[in-house]
This record gives sequence, C-alpha cells and structure tokens, in this order.
Amino acid sequence: MNFSENISELQAWSGFNGHQWQQRIDVRDFIQQNYTPYKGDDSFLASASDRTKQLWLEVSTLLEQERLKGVLDVSSEIGTSITAHKPGYINKPLELIVGLQTDAPLKRAIVPNGGLRMVEAGLQAYGFELDKSVKEAYDRYRKDHNQGVFDVYSPDVLACRRSGIITGLPDAYGRGRIVGDYRRVPLYGIDYLVADKKREKSELDNVMFSEDVLRTREELSEQIKALEELKQMAASYGFDISQAAITAQEAVQWLYFGYLAAIKEQNGAAMSIGRISTFLDIYIERDMQAGLLDESAAQELIDDLIIKLRIVRFLRTPEYDLLFSGDPVWVTEAIGGMGEDGRTLVTKGSFRFLHSLYNLGPAPEPNLTVLWSNDMPKGFKDFSSKVSIETSAIQYESDDLMREHWGDDYAIACCVSAMRIGKQMQFFGARCNLAKTILYAINGGVDEKSGVKVVDGFDPITSEYLDYDEVIAKFDAMMEWLATTYIKALNAIHFMHDKYHYERIEMALHDRDILRTMACGIAGLSVTTDSLSAIKHAKVRVIRNDAGIATDFAIEGEYPAYGNNDDRADNIAVWLVETFMAKIRKHKTYRDSVPTQSVLTITSNVVYGMKTGNTPDGRRAGEPFAPGANPMNGRDTKGFIASGASVAKLPYHAALDGISWTATSTPDTFGHTLTDRVNNLSNCIDVFCNANGFHVNVNVLNKDTLLDAMEHPENYPQLTLRVSGYAVNFIKLTREQQLDVINRTFHLSF
Amino acid sequence: MTEHNTGKTSGLIAPACVDEQGRLSGFVHSFESGSAVDGPGMRFVVFVSGCQFRCLYCHNPDTIKMHNGNIMTVDHVLEEIAEFASFLRFAGGLTISGGEPLMQADFVKEIFYLAKHDYHLHTALDTQGFLASQLADEWFDDIDLVLLDIKHIDPEKYLALTSKPLQPTLNFARRLSDMGKKIWIRYVLLPGYTDAVEDVEKLADFITTLKSVERVEVLPFHKMGEHKWQELGFTYHLKDVHAPSQQQVERVINQFKARGLTAC
Repeated sequence: MNFSENISELQAWSGFNGHQWQQRIDVRDFIQQNYTPYKGDDSFLASASDRTKQLWLEVSTLLEQERLKGVLDVSSEIGTSITAHKPGYINKPLELIVGLQTDAPLKRAIVPNGGLRMVEAGLQAYGFELDKSVKEAYDRYRKDHNQGVFDVYSPDVLACRRSGIITGLPDAYGRGRIVGDYRRVPLYGIDYLVADKKREKSELDNVMFSEDVLRTREELSEQIKALEELKQMAASYGFDISQAAITAQEAVQWLYFGYLAAIKEQNGAAMSIGRISTFLDIYIERDMQAGLLDESAAQELIDDLIIKLRIVRFLRTPEYDLLFSGDPVWVTEAIGGMGEDGRTLVTKGSFRFLHSLYNLGPAPEPNLTVLWSNDMPKGFKDFSSKVSIETSAIQYESDDLMREHWGDDYAIACCVSAMRIGKQMQFFGARCNLAKTILYAINGGVDEKSGVKVVDGFDPITSEYLDYDEVIAKFDAMMEWLATTYIKALNAIHFMHDKYHYERIEMALHDRDILRTMACGIAGLSVTTDSLSAIKHAKVRVIRNDAGIATDFAIEGEYPAYGNNDDRADNIAVWLVETFMAKIRKHKTYRDSVPTQSVLTITSNVVYGMKTGNTPDGRRAGEPFAPGANPMNGRDTKGFIASGASVAKLPYHAALDGISWTATSTPDTFGHTLTDRVNNLSNCIDVFCNANGFHVNVNVLNKDTLLDAMEHPENYPQLTLRVSGYAVNFIKLTREQQLDVINRTFHLSF
Repeated sequence: MTEHNTGKTSGLIAPACVDEQGRLSGFVHSFESGSAVDGPGMRFVVFVSGCQFRCLYCHNPDTIKMHNGNIMTVDHVLEEIAEFASFLRFAGGLTISGGEPLMQADFVKEIFYLAKHDYHLHTALDTQGFLASQLADEWFDDIDLVLLDIKHIDPEKYLALTSKPLQPTLNFARRLSDMGKKIWIRYVLLPGYTDAVEDVEKLADFITTLKSVERVEVLPFHKMGEHKWQELGFTYHLKDVHAPSQQQVERVINQFKARGLTAC
C-alpha cells in the first residue's frame, strides 16, 4: 500500500511538515514537526458557548440523579464490547462530538470477561439483575479473568489477601493502566493501522512458533479485529474513520472514537487518554489558518470532548468503591512539559484543556495533569497555578524527572505512572502494606488483628523494649518474604488477564514490541518510617495481649518524624523505598516485565489503616495511613515547604512508577491577593521540582467549606479536590474518607 | 537617635542570653518553612516567643511567655534556614515574627545579619514597634522591610485592646519613614473594636503622612487561636465576636485605597 498516493491522505496531511511520520507510525515525529509552542498568557481564551452551557446543564441534571441513586442505569442484558451497543446521545442536535459507552448517558455496561462474580455483585449492590443468557454463557462456555487467577493462587497468596497485607490486587477488576495511542486514529485512519498490524504479524510468519510467538500472533489477530470493530462502531454513528481526519473537528472525533472503543471494551482501574492537547492543537491551528475555525469554536470542540470524558462510567463493586472512592476512572490527560530539543510542548491547546474547568466548572475527570518543568513558560505556569487555586482539580508531575527516563512523548497512566505512548505498558500491581509488615516482623508472622499465623518460619521479638537492630533484621527478612509472595500473585494475575481479558483495542494502538513494567507499590511509608524512627531515636515498649501478640506500643521520649526535612527520619524513608525495590527486582516477572514500584495509595490509605493494628509510631489501630508518600497527618509541623522537601528526597530511580504527595492549604496560605497566590504557588512547585520532587496534588480550600459540604452535599455538586493521585467530587466520597480528607494536614498561616 | 524618640517605654528588651558554651541564643516558638502572608513571596518564618502586649485577639497566645519557647542558638536557627536558602532567595525571604521579636533584640539582630550576609536573603521584621525606641538606627541595617502592626489609631482604644500605649508605635513608624525603610502596615480588622469608619479614616490620615509605606494589609480577625487561650487557661474575651464579613473587609480596604494607598 502506497499511502502518499491515497487521495484523502493527501488532503488529510496537506499543510503538515515532515516525512518520517508519513513513512511509518510515529506520532511524536508528527508533533515535533508541526506544533506551535505558545509562551503567552491566558488572555486569548474563549468562554463557553451557549450550546456548550446548555449541553452541560443537561448532563448536570443527569449527574444529580446519578448521585442520588448511586448508579443511574445499567445495561445488564449484554456483555460489553466495542460494537455491543447501538449509538447513544446526550442530546444529538447539541453535540459536536458524539459517542457513548452504551446507548444512553451514564448507563453503565457490564464487563463479564473481567469476572462474572464482580458483575453480579455490582448489579446486586445497585438493585439490578444479570441477564440469564449472559450468566449461562460464562457459567458454561466461557472462563473469565477472575476465575483464572483463583485457579492458580496459592494458600500464602490467599492468606495475604485475606489479612490485608496485600490489598487492591487487580484480580477482581480490570487492571487498566494501559494508555492506547489514540492519536494514531485521526492521524492515520483505521485502514493504515490495520495494514501496519498485518505487516507486524507477517514478520512472524517465518519464525519458529514458540509459545511467545504464538501468543503475539494471536494478540495481533485480536488487535486487527478490534480495529475493524472500532471502524464499525464509528460507522454506526455515521462516520467513516477508515481514513485520516481532515478537520480539527474530525481529529477530535476520530481520537475520541479510539478512546471510546477502549472504554467500551475494558473497565480498567485507570483509563488514561494520554497526551492529546498539543496534538489536537496542530489540527486546530491548521483550521484556524484556513479560516475554518475561530477561538470560540476551537474551545467548543475541547469543551465538548471534556463533557464526554466527564461521564465515563464503570460498574464497580462496593469493595472496589471502598478502595477507590468516588467513582474515579482516571481519564488522565498529561499537559505541557518540554521537548527534548528545548522547545516547550505548551501550546494554546494546553490552556484550552485547563480552561474547561472554568467553562464547565470544576470536576474530577478528566484527571488533568500538568507536566511541570522549571523551563516552561511563565504564562502557563501561572495559569496552572491560578486554576489550582480556584478549582483544586489539577495535579503536577515533574517533567524534568520523567523526560530523562521516558523522553518527551510519554503520558501518565492513572495517577503518577509515566509511560512512552504506544511503546510501553504496565502490569498494575496495586500495593502491599509495609506498616503491617513491620508488625509481622515483631510478631513472627502472626497477624496482630486476627491472631492467625500468616507467615511460617519466623520467630517473634520477645523483649520488652524494641531493639532497632533486631527489628531491622527481622523486618528485612519479612520484606523478603512479602516481595516473593507479592510477585507470585502479580505474575498469576497478569498471565490470566492477558489470557482472558486482553486489552485488544488499547494494544492495537501500541507498537508490537513494547516495554512492559511490573508496577508494584507500597503503602504506609510514613507510618513505617516513623515507627522505625521511634524505635531508633526514642524507646518503644511493647504491650502484648494474653496470647503474647504485640498489640500496642508505648513510646518513651520523642522521635523525629518524617516530613520535617530532618534526615534522621527522612533517610529511613529513603532506605525503605530502595530496600523494598531491591527485593522486588530479585524475582522473575511475568513476560520479563521490568519491575518498578510506586509510593501511592489513592484512597486505599483508609482501608489499609482499617486493616492494621496499633503501630510503634503511636498511630492507633484503624486510623488511616497518610496517603501516598505524605507525612503522617499533623506530624509535619514545619510547614509545607519542609514537608515537600522530605518527600522530594525519595528517589525516583527506586520508584519509577511514581511518588505521590498531596498538599492541602487554605487560599490565604498562599498570600493576600490572587496575584501573590499565583506567583507563590508557581514558585513553590518550582522549588519542589528543583529538589527532585516528583508529584504534587495541590488543594486550595477552606476546611469550613468541606464541613458544610458534608452536611449539605446538594449545594456542592461540583466541589472537587485532589486525593492521592486523582481528583474526586468531595460529596461522592464515603464518610470515612471525607473525614480523612478533613483531618489531613491543612497548612495554615497565622 | 532622632527627635521622635520621646515616648520612652517602660517595657524592656530582654538581656542577651547564651548557652553553656557561650553561644548567643534565644527563645524560639516554632518555624514555618513556607508562609506567603508574612512579607513578599514565600517566607521562612522564625516565630520567637515573648511579648509584652496582651492583645485581645492574639492568635498565638502560646508565644506570649518567652519561656514557652525552646532555647536555641543563632547557629541552629541559621541551619534551619540554610536548607531553604536557595529557594528563599528567588521566592521570598526570611521573616522574624512572634511573639515580639524586639524583646530579643540581640538574638534577632544576629539572625538577620547572618541571613543577609551569608545567605543574601530578603529580610522582614514583623513587630508592633513598642520597644524600637531603645534600638539604634544601625540595628535595622540588615532589615529590608518592616511589617508594622498598628493595632488601633485611637490611644484609648489601643490601650484597651493591647494593654500598652500607642505612641511608641507611631513614633517608630515616623522614624522608619524618616530612615526610608520600607513598611507594610498591618491592621487586624476586629468587628466592634477596629472597624469604625472614622477610626480607619484617622489611621489612613496617619499612614498617608509616612513616606515609605508600600502596602496596607487588612487582616480579618479569625478565631483559629481561640482553643490556645483555653489550653493556656487564659480568659478569651472575644467568644461572641465573629470574623468580619467579606463586605466589611472590602469596605476597609477601599477606605485605604481611596486615600491613594495600596491596600489588600
């Protein structure tokens, strides 16, 4: 196939520069050759059109109905797929960009390939019933991911799952965290992508059929089928996407169809959209120069896309909601950053995406993520800061750190996981509980809450006072055991997920040969650090119950706590991160994936806290952990610059899946005027990134607002705030999580 | 010393104090590594303890007694600051607040000197100025900005509010103006006490006679310090007073603005 001779390709690509991307799939090259960096301020932006406002009003009404019911509606009669549902609309004449997951807005699909058991639980929780034929199909003819995993789990893995030392494993829900390169759909059209996949497959025609080759060949066949289904789905909405997009509106629509196919097929824990704002800006600029589009019309396209991204829904189980509260789907969009050639990747498109938070009001989705570089233009830095101060809806991640590892065309999967777009995926591994591990070390593998022996072959500590060296020796061995068990579980999960719940369309929008990472995670970093600091710098007396299990601790004296820029404590945190990573690296991972880890809890810090007894740092049983890499609530007493300085010490090289910090302040904390606040916040993010800080969620809120919102949720439909790694509608959090957020350190200036 | 040095005060500057090794030390209540409301930009704030005033609305009553703080050497304080010096140089600077910093004038001066000469930081002193007449002009050499709290313009009401006379503060303001030292005036807006239109006008009258005022900050009274009064066993007299409304705050800011002052 000779693409340059194709008439519509000529039209689609006219006015674009560069050759490499025209010879083979190379979206980065297309961007580099064609984008227009923007160094100005936000004064060019256009406000919402009346049409946009009307459409958003209609969606808002549905959102309120959904909030009252929990789940608005479920399409329980059919297992989802790219083509399972007929076209759906919010209000067709008002929509510039079309396409819904099912045939109606906020109506959720069921995804039995992930696990029929969870589908049934999710349906039951909200008063719906599973269609008999779907049940029969899975009971009799088809196995699902969840069944596969539990067929191979060993007793030690099951014991860890039960006790909560490992929690949140994607063995009962879609693993997600895979970012398709949805930009390929508008840039090349489906026919080009199918042809390229066929080429990739044919290269494997004449090699010996090993297990690996067979798996890859089968996957490529599935990818090709999925691309054809994507084309059919678009056709059902009246669009032929076999060829590349010609206008900006088509580019947005084609790209969204690609993403829509992914969220029709998979209910992954996180379904990032990638890094699309600067890509789309190229099409918008071209149309503007041709006189086809003005700023207001350009903003309308983006606002319309954002509305679609705000109503992505999956049917979850109540257990899942406890871990990841507030119905998050992580439609993460990475914005800004710098190119490897030193030009900024900020365009007017970067501004338009953030501006949707004004045009449509604050919202948690899409999960807007600014890739912060100290070299970024001040205009964009200050606009981001202003948006943070006024909406609390965005997060920041250090582009300077990530670019060094992943180049300048990476996106963020979920919250903090960087990956080269279309060239890398991860096996999501949730996280294990280090705070509980230290209790297991003290109790010789006996669970402090249940009294059950979870780990064999370990002796408890029997002394009255904890000796630092003894604790470290036992803790080190216990971490070794934990890492082993943890990787066994993850290998089982991802083997089965590939087998029974393969991400056909997302992987169709990747190269064939990609980097895979095994993304492990740790929870309870600050509790564990402070526990060790207490044992080292103060005296910790053990209080045991009648069965001889250490159930409480008395601290005599004071100890330096993590979060005050004090190396005595912070170095322990660094040691923990590096040590656990080293233990993970020892193991053979499924598909030879590269092991990484994150220091991130999302909202699971609350559940982890519930499952963990009293700890030697003085934390009471049941009390939530601090989220992610945060210092424990109230222990970072020197203000948030010192707090951030401690977090910034955690080494990215030992936590390449990301390190999450959430900072909450009142508006007054950043200054008396908006100009002061914007300038100060920009400077603070600069200094955090300068110090090699990786990620920060910025919340700028008053505590009273949150308290009032707990009492009168109906008055705060769009109140948004950042928790560890994502944003939520505050009123959709569970009561425990609302209280946790309120109790978290508010940095106040007196 | 200038002619303004007339309102000699009865309050005393505490004698310089040293630790066992003879190093200059002082009483520090706490540090804040990132404040944006104590001078321009992001400030590292050293809160020293000790104050002769007993302001009804004090939100840090735990800093009133000097010995409530921890004794700390100047070097120790500078070590804390040094960690953030490169950030503070471009983003803000150092502010010493309290308590009342002038009560520990020797300690405070040495911190400012080292912050300025060793770390090249912008420096700000947050004070009510009551003790300033006892300090020579040179004492202020290493201070770039004075955040001067004028708690009321009416001498009687000032006394009722703070338990000390007003005149020394006004003298100090005049003296700073004569020295050309930059000033931010800070005024706590306490409904029923400091919000009368005519009082604000009188204060504006006075401020407009000063030459080096860059900004007037109206600080709305808040009750975040109330629990501290209870914990300390003091009687809190403002139980029934509420924070001013946004409109009240705007009104007062606009009164200052109408007089050509930069106010926020």
